[in-house]
Amino acid sequence: MSAYIVRRAIYAVFILIGVNLITFALFFKVNTPDDMARLQLGVKYVTPEAIAKWKAERGYDKPLLYDGTATGRHKFTDTIYFEKSVEMFRFNFGRADDGRDIAYEISTRMWPSLALAVPVFLVGMLLQITFALMMAFFRATYIDFWGVVLCVVMMSISGLFYIIGGQYLISKLWNLVPISGYAGGFDALKFLALPVAVGVIGGIGSGARWYRTIFLEEVGKDYVRTARAKGLSEVVVFFRHILRNALIPILTGAVVAIPLLFMGSLIAESFFGIPGLGSYTIEAIQSQDFAVVRSMVFIGSALYILGLLLTDISYTLVDPRVRFE
Amino acid sequence: MPLLPIILWTDALIFLLLAAIAGFVWYVRRHEHLRAPWWRVAQTPAAMSALVVLAVFIIVGLLDSVHFRLALPAAPGTQTDRTAGRNVAYAVDVKSVLDLLLASIADRPERTYSAPLATHAYAKEMVERPGTGGGPGTQIRDYPRLKYGGAHLRDPQRDRQADVLLTGFRGVALAIPLWLLVSIMLVAACTSAEQLASRAFWHALWSGKTEVPWRAILITLALLLLLVLPVALLSRHYHVLGTDKVGLDVLYLSLKSVRTALVIGTLTTLVMLPFSVLLGIMAGYLRGVVDDIIQYFYTTLSSIPGVLLIAAGVLVLQVYIETHPDLFPTSAQRADFRLLWLCIILGITSWTGLCRLLRGETLKLRELEYVQAAQAFGVSQWRIMSRHILPNVMHIVLIAVVMDFSGLVLAEAVLSYVGVGVDPSMISFGTMINAARLEMGREPMVWWSLASAFVFMLALVLAANLFADAVRDAFDPRVRVGIRKLRFARAEA
Repeated sequence: MSAYIVRRAIYAVFILIGVNLITFALFFKVNTPDDMARLQLGVKYVTPEAIAKWKAERGYDKPLLYDGTATGRHKFTDTIYFEKSVEMFRFNFGRADDGRDIAYEISTRMWPSLALAVPVFLVGMLLQITFALMMAFFRATYIDFWGVVLCVVMMSISGLFYIIGGQYLISKLWNLVPISGYAGGFDALKFLALPVAVGVIGGIGSGARWYRTIFLEEVGKDYVRTARAKGLSEVVVFFRHILRNALIPILTGAVVAIPLLFMGSLIAESFFGIPGLGSYTIEAIQSQDFAVVRSMVFIGSALYILGLLLTDISYTLVDPRVRFE
Repeated sequence: MPLLPIILWTDALIFLLLAAIAGFVWYVRRHEHLRAPWWRVAQTPAAMSALVVLAVFIIVGLLDSVHFRLALPAAPGTQTDRTAGRNVAYAVDVKSVLDLLLASIADRPERTYSAPLATHAYAKEMVERPGTGGGPGTQIRDYPRLKYGGAHLRDPQRDRQADVLLTGFRGVALAIPLWLLVSIMLVAACTSAEQLASRAFWHALWSGKTEVPWRAILITLALLLLLVLPVALLSRHYHVLGTDKVGLDVLYLSLKSVRTALVIGTLTTLVMLPFSVLLGIMAGYLRGVVDDIIQYFYTTLSSIPGVLLIAAGVLVLQVYIETHPDLFPTSAQRADFRLLWLCIILGITSWTGLCRLLRGETLKLRELEYVQAAQAFGVSQWRIMSRHILPNVMHIVLIAVVMDFSGLVLAEAVLSYVGVGVDPSMISFGTMINAARLEMGREPMVWWSLASAFVFMLALVLAANLFADAVRDAFDPRVRVGIRKLRFARAEA
């Protein structure tokens, strides 16, 4: 089993290097630092000197991959690729356009993101499984039928409308919680209540429907028929046999999302004014801060790859067959 | 020539897609085994109702995909020589057939917000009130009359309600005979084709016992007609869904958004389909090094967070447009190029799922007897992949295409909100929501833009979801087995 995990880990490192090369190509080769400078400075103020100054300020005035003028080791380390892309593996992301250290920003903004994303993930999953369980238990009845109809309608509504509707109803009409904003400590509760509720409700439709199909797939299996043939009651069959077995694909499928919780939610954070990583990313995109976008791409990919690795590990834990492949 | 046809990139691809669909339909009609699952789709009431709604959206989208530039009226003083047609100047803005059809509501801008069916503006302004007896007028703060909305009414306070009701009633009165006509034509067509007594057919139709669920289709059609005709009549004199910040009719904006949504939903999968199909089948069939490389490639791409990859791609495009202004003579062409680029980028982020599915299915198929037989006969690898594997994974491709559609329509709104979606000058649901969101804090609230975007998007996405579900149920053998088991369980109980 450890050999398998080591193999997967080495593969993950290679993928991370691939991501690193793709982002480098996208941000420096397809889209040269000169282009970035022109876009940032605005068309009117572009002079060769201004571009050179802009590049020098950010360290973009070096060769891309290979510096022929330098000596020895510096032929490779004195380049944009080494300073901007390779340094990311050491979590050194450089500075944003406003001069702040990106790594520091990430380490402080991570917590509000987690405070929103973790409850949404946990409560949402619990509700989705409960709802799916209900539909699967009463399968092929009107409860199931209208449950699925409700799910399809709910997943047909854009997430933006859940947020807008929630803000209008709860904050503006009923004045229960503030529309947006954030505070540390226990004050965070009143700011987070609505975003969490909206996030949970917005995810129920597609989640519950997906879990329902997993439950129904399980219902048709042979061990269920055996359990019924032994004379077990439907409730026991359902909650002791089907639920346990269906939870395996559900939980292993959810593992991949766990590391990505750090990234926060782009839309919810910016609508509710929560100073997390999601709103940080959106602000960077809107102000065309390439350094921040590049860092977030790298971190997001690294977390996703970590999620894949965790999925592999969780599979080997729950399903012994994987280990011997 | 009074107009100069313009074929935008997305227009060309849309018509290519139409041609492909037509070819596909022709192919399916000739093959019994392909007809069977579609026949199952045609027997699903929800799917057929959804198809009626989708058809309306598709017609709107297609009308909006035929673009041209109108000729400007010759300036006074220049020679209007009909034979030398080369010197005609064309308007800068690109129009579509839909724009011409909706000219009556598109070209009646108010100054700013107005509520649905309103005759007066939404906010108070200083208005001139003519003095009595030719004396000097006075200025007071009041709601000004709209320039076009309800302009035909002499006393809006008194007449508006009656006029709206009357026009709406006229629309209903027009819808009923139209619907009856369609129903009678349908019955006539069905009875003559199948040699049935029309009375028996009527009876079967209204008790819902026809094979194709005509009852559901006709009810949907009736509801649509009852909705569309009154709105069409009302829109001649009113802004049925109000106006937005710069006074544009919201109904017009909503109808224009339909094309953007359809383009994103369909072209994204179309653009990347060849890659995912080719690479997926190659990885599964050839295995070995090819498989490793392709797997590495799609795992790497899919591990970059989608929104961020799209953001990076759009930033790249912005730079490209800034540095090559000569390639995009009109703003419509620029916006269209950005739309196409968005489709490509969205495609890059979303093709990996399908590729993985196809690889897995091909791995299974290549061990089957008929593939081994083909190998034993010495059929070339490419021929096995295209003749034996491809037709047997097409159902997966089809399911993926229809299931992806609604998700992409929803993604457009979110991306436009983030600022990496369509061009800000392009009308789409995302830009509508984005503009309306800023007005949430106003008192009284400007709700009609949001509500229109909500209703239109819900109708489109819900119809697409229902249709996609029916297609999946009909084509996915696994689901079919599940349904049969369910029916069985129900019969037991």
